Amino acid sequence: MTTKRSSTALAIALSLSFFAAGCKKKIAAPPAPAKPAPVETAKPKTTVARPIIRFFTAEPTSIERGQASSLKWEIVGADSASVNQGIGSIGTGANIAGNRSVFPSSTTTYTLTARNAGGEASESVTVNVTAPPTKTVTTPAPAKASFSEVIARDINDVFFDFDKSDLREDARNTLTQNADKLKAIFRDYPNGTLTLEGHADERGSAEYNLGLGDRRAIAAKEFLTQLGVSADRLRTLSYGKERPQCTDNNEGCWQKNRRVHFTGQ
Amino acid sequence: MKKLLLLLTATALFAQQRPDIIGQIVGTQKAAIAIADMRGAGRAAEQTAAVNSTIFRDIEDAAIFKMAPKSMYPLKVPQRPQDSRKPLQYDPNNRNADPWLMDWSEPPVNADYLAFGYTAEQDGQLVLFGWLFNVRQPDVAAAQVIGKLYFGPMDEAGARKVAHEFAADILKQFGVESLAGSKVYYVSNRSGHKEIWSMDYDGGNQKQVTSYSTITTMPSVSPDSTRLAFTSWTPNGPQILVHSLETLRRIPFYNPRAGVNQNASYTPDGKQMVFSSSVSGYSQLYIANADGSNLKRITQTRVVEVEPKVNPKTGNDIVFVSGRSGVSPQLYRMNIEGADVQRLTTGEGQATNPSWNPQGTHVAFAWTRGYDPGNFNIFVMDVATGNYVQLTSGAGRNENPTWAPDGKHIVFASDRGGRMQIWSMLADGTQLRQLTSSGINEKPVWSK
Repeated sequence: MTTKRSSTALAIALSLSFFAAGCKKKIAAPPAPAKPAPVETAKPKTTVARPIIRFFTAEPTSIERGQASSLKWEIVGADSASVNQGIGSIGTGANIAGNRSVFPSSTTTYTLTARNAGGEASESVTVNVTAPPTKTVTTPAPAKASFSEVIARDINDVFFDFDKSDLREDARNTLTQNADKLKAIFRDYPNGTLTLEGHADERGSAEYNLGLGDRRAIAAKEFLTQLGVSADRLRTLSYGKERPQCTDNNEGCWQKNRRVHFTGQ
Repeated sequence: MKKLLLLLTATALFAQQRPDIIGQIVGTQKAAIAIADMRGAGRAAEQTAAVNSTIFRDIEDAAIFKMAPKSMYPLKVPQRPQDSRKPLQYDPNNRNADPWLMDWSEPPVNADYLAFGYTAEQDGQLVLFGWLFNVRQPDVAAAQVIGKLYFGPMDEAGARKVAHEFAADILKQFGVESLAGSKVYYVSNRSGHKEIWSMDYDGGNQKQVTSYSTITTMPSVSPDSTRLAFTSWTPNGPQILVHSLETLRRIPFYNPRAGVNQNASYTPDGKQMVFSSSVSGYSQLYIANADGSNLKRITQTRVVEVEPKVNPKTGNDIVFVSGRSGVSPQLYRMNIEGADVQRLTTGEGQATNPSWNPQGTHVAFAWTRGYDPGNFNIFVMDVATGNYVQLTSGAGRNENPTWAPDGKHIVFASDRGGRMQIWSMLADGTQLRQLTSSGINEKPVWSK
């Protein structure tokens, strides 16, 4: 279980970083804009000073993934300025000032480049991104879901034909999946007990349906134990027709009620 | 029109079988009785409505009389024997000499008996002066069958008490025990949970009996009416619990270790119980002492078997419900050892909820024969011949019939009015009465 779960986590982490890297590559190459080529025709190069980047900052410089950092800049004497990482042009003219919020998903270095006829100047800031500490994807255990929550989330009901407790094809498939999940869940939660509730639709008598619900729960329990789920963690409980999940008077509703439902304690 | 045709065909079908089965149960030749409305003096006047309706209902419910139609009664009804009109020339040898009696015995009333009287207040108590006259007798002196005083508190309960007692005395003259003292136990959800409730046989005096706040259902009363067994969801699932009806406290019953223990029902001597238990993994039938000790298995199948009921006369036959023929559950009988098994119903539909009449000759049950699954109707079967009649039709779902101690009435649950409620009827399907109306009510049993 732990191995399976951590490998999933690894896969997610990997794909995230691929994504981030992919982003960087694609957008990291915005054509260095406004080639200074025509400059030579204008004036002798000596007369133009290069642009001055008064400041280029990130605030804060460390964030958790999903949070924002604010880039701020002020440039004088530039014809144009741009920031890489997909931000692009940030203005033209002698005085360029501004800011922009960024949401990098991993640590990213932003480089501002300002140009004029006299040349170019650049400045870089790095925003450090850390993973949020509580997210389940990467962190193990401490605030994990309770046993009953996991059962409610991962273990599916199985359904029956009218007046029958035989396991249909779909019920066997569902139980097989449930068995795999249960083995893992039981390892994770050594003290949990699973109750198999047997239910029936409203049409038969309450007395007969109580016996029928019991049979359905026992049939599901026997199937699970044959697949290696430990029997002493399973208990059956028939409700017959006393606790329907649906009270309409049609087959769709009756089918919903002819079921074994799983709850964790 | 189609409905009418169906109804006619159905009625014709019943008519063929009715005399066979129902005639034996409710009888055919009946005396006619008239019941004069009583008046009251002082505070007693407020209670006369309850007095009159209770007497009339008890007498009618006993089903041993033909009720003379009220609209035909003479305009002047007697309150006391001395209200008799004095004949002009009294001649004890001449039956026509006393027109007071003849007013009732001649057409259009055609009564054989007349019940009458009045109520009054005496020392703060309610008093009923009740008389029963045989109006076929030649004179007032010979006509009197009952003349008696009944005392009760000055309120509606008191009015019902004195009326029940007067009615019971009338019925006793004809060898019939009144149903008035009998109780119906049933399941109601009106507290927010299904619990066992009790009421008088006519729907009065409804009271909550259990308070387990889970699901408590399937009541059954011991033959001496001292113990109440039922099924309640405990931490171990649905299990059998027993209460003393004398102390209203729980008394021991040891459940076998099983996911489901249900349908407890007493043997006629009250010393043992039969019930359904899934000890083996299948709900099967067992017998044990009334405290659950000395457990013995009766049936040996791998299907669901429920609702065993021991014949209250022989103590030897059991009727029960089983899926053993591979079709939907049907009614079976066997002896108490589990041998001589015989299917009683045809294999059609689903048959369930069997209940012996006190004479041990007939079984009332619910059956979907001729209808879609879930559409139960009440049937009565003569167990010796296998002949059956259908008592309800075209009126919702009807289930859990059980017999009154008089063997002539049946109480059952029906959703004919929208929600499941408790109803009673004469075993020929007539005299329908709705006994409950608050919440959902089901699974009635009629006890002494």
